[in-house]
Amino acid sequence: MAKNIQSLERAAAMLRLLAGGERRLGLTEVASSLGLAKGTAHGILRTLQAEGFVEQDPASGRYQLGAELLRLGSTYLDVHELRARALVWTDDLARSSGESVYLGVLHHKGVLIVHHVFRPDDSRQVLEVGAMQPLHSAALGKVLSAYDPVAHNEALENEREAFTPRTITDPEGFEAVLDLTRARGWAADVEETWDGVASIAAPIHDRRRMPVGAVGVTGAVERIRAGGELRPDLVAAVRDCARGVPGSGRRALLRRLPPPPVTPVTIAIPAAEPLTCVMTGTKLPFIGRHCRTPTGNTR
Amino acid sequence: MTDAHTTGPFIAAIDQGTTSSRCIVFDKDGRIVSVDQKEHEQIFPKPGWVEHDAAEIWTNVQEVVAGAIEKAGITPADVQAIGITNQRETTLLWDKNTGEPVHNAIVWQDTRTDALCKELGRNVGQDRFRRQTGLPLASYFAGPKVRWLLDNVEGLRERAEAGDILFGTMDSWVIWNLTGGTDGGVHVTDVTNASRTLLMNLHEMRWDEKILQSMEIPAAVLPEIRSSAEVYGVAKAGPLAGVPVASALGDQQAALFGQTCFSQGEAKSTYGTGTFMLMNTGDQPVNSYNGLLTTVGYQIGEQKPVYALEGSIAVTGALVQWMRDQMGLIKSAAEIETLASSVEDNGGAYFVPAFSGLFAPYWRPDARGVIAGLTRYVTKAHIARAVLEATAWQTREISDAMTKDSGVELTALKVDGGMTSNNLLMQTLSDFLDAPVVRPMVAETTCLGAAYAAGLAVGFWSSTDELRANWRRAAEWTPRMDAATRDREYKNWLKAVERSMGWLDDES
Repeated sequence: MAKNIQSLERAAAMLRLLAGGERRLGLTEVASSLGLAKGTAHGILRTLQAEGFVEQDPASGRYQLGAELLRLGSTYLDVHELRARALVWTDDLARSSGESVYLGVLHHKGVLIVHHVFRPDDSRQVLEVGAMQPLHSAALGKVLSAYDPVAHNEALENEREAFTPRTITDPEGFEAVLDLTRARGWAADVEETWDGVASIAAPIHDRRRMPVGAVGVTGAVERIRAGGELRPDLVAAVRDCARGVPGSGRRALLRRLPPPPVTPVTIAIPAAEPLTCVMTGTKLPFIGRHCRTPTGNTR
Repeated sequence: MTDAHTTGPFIAAIDQGTTSSRCIVFDKDGRIVSVDQKEHEQIFPKPGWVEHDAAEIWTNVQEVVAGAIEKAGITPADVQAIGITNQRETTLLWDKNTGEPVHNAIVWQDTRTDALCKELGRNVGQDRFRRQTGLPLASYFAGPKVRWLLDNVEGLRERAEAGDILFGTMDSWVIWNLTGGTDGGVHVTDVTNASRTLLMNLHEMRWDEKILQSMEIPAAVLPEIRSSAEVYGVAKAGPLAGVPVASALGDQQAALFGQTCFSQGEAKSTYGTGTFMLMNTGDQPVNSYNGLLTTVGYQIGEQKPVYALEGSIAVTGALVQWMRDQMGLIKSAAEIETLASSVEDNGGAYFVPAFSGLFAPYWRPDARGVIAGLTRYVTKAHIARAVLEATAWQTREISDAMTKDSGVELTALKVDGGMTSNNLLMQTLSDFLDAPVVRPMVAETTCLGAAYAAGLAVGFWSSTDELRANWRRAAEWTPRMDAATRDREYKNWLKAVERSMGWLDDES
């Protein structure tokens, strides 16, 4: 059997290391973690930096993952292509869960909502495609931070605002949430971004197991939880949907959920305070604290 | 994976389409339980000719029915009824004693009857049968295709006059075979399919004897015209033996039904390669003076038939495909939105995709495609935007024609089809129409419509009101464009349309 190329193996190990728990590593840490001489490690890091896979912080001299990795990942699947592929699955998730469904991708240090399916009741709802959600507190954001190294770095570097008393803002607590997310394959947000609102989300992977986005249901906390616990049937439905999206038309038998409890939701048409998204040109309803909750309430 | 879908009852819908046959099993909420699909061969014997092997289609239909039932894990006892929807106007003649087609089916796109249609128009022209049938004399429709077969298949006219030959569109072929074929199969069609033959009188819902004489078609070949929702017979064999066959609707009418457009003025538009927009006009057929077709929307059992106005746009999704395949400006159809979203507006460019002339409401075969308003400022992103706007403006023109003909203003447009995943297009559509655009939660509105009609016929659903309650809004786009901008843009679009006309010196 042909021998693998040692320097490529070492470069790959370095990328994995930088994608791991710590946000930035110095040369000494990289070299010692991988058992390499400093000169060898430096040569590989410089090559990766020249290719854009690694960036060096000018102030501290520490290394982190570069933007090129994001570009490679995101050009693989156009977000509009992702929406087109997700359409049938997300419709079905909304229909079976009785809640609204959001599909998000990493964009400008937040989650850009690229697809939104209304909650299947007759209430007045506003399409939130183009809105942003925070990486550190929303279920979609936690999923992206847990699986996408670039999102992970951005979430750690962002100011993690406490939207509610339940928002986890300290780095250790946040890392623990991401560990849990990776371990169980899904994330939740119970009143950490919006009072009275809970979400469950799971990652969408492409065929190469690259995370391309996250999909989740959002609704009033009393409907998403039952007996103080997140409803396991909803978790299962969200994960089924996430697994179905990139598949090529293979449609498994659909999971049947019990009808959702009927809880009236007060709807107020939100006061507009829009910013324009640089990428889509659409107005962003979410601006820091002045955000519209997914149930349509203004806070 | 757990599955709790094993408790019925269910409705099975068969969609015999242009490129494939599908079977979808629906539950009482109108949710999809299982799907099976199989493509069939497209046969092109000569330029402009398109045929299907009807025997292959019947084999495929049996396979997808078996496939869908198996995937759903259910038995015939769980299925209350079978509904049929089909590619419209595709024409077949077969021998009733052997069940063998006498020729391949002639597909709706086939243009071999162009010359025959001109000849049939005599001194009157295209509109010779419009008063009775609501249709212009054009090669799409079934009547001239029957005549062509009778004229061109040796000995066929004699066999037809002797009563050995049956004619049908694909609904008739599927129902006849399902209900036993040579062993007692019922020979029927529904009012929507019959309304696409150029042979049915729209006001009386009967075959028009004078037109039959003019086209030299013996009445003996014709199926009985029935409503769209009633039990025609019972499946004789196969995985659904014993289940009532209880609906038939042409595909666009089925989508109208599946979108629950049950009130006068309600309209749906299906965005695929081309686009078909239908508006419910209630119990009166509305004559069109603006290039639309008058057709039957549906008829439920003994109730009065409901009519519709239909407008079609030849090039919508096809223009996006052209940008991808011929121009190479995008790698996938969905990328048109990415490219178009990178700019704020069309940069002054307008794209009239009159690739094979202008259709409704202009009907100008001498027109060809035009990109107008080009300056050095215009980029490929502006062109991408103009591509999406072309679909939206053409919808606006059809909608305006419908308003002129019917006197009913469009209050909201229900949309379905592949292009509804394009968010920018849907917003633009709402802006240009100045009306809300609504996407329902089940994308398979065609099959759903056939299932609904069959379910109504057997009492699975009690009324159209119950079906309306099943309808769920998945997304809604509301107008954001100010009136001054819309008016200015529409004016520019109309100027561009004008520039596409008269390109060909000779109509031929």
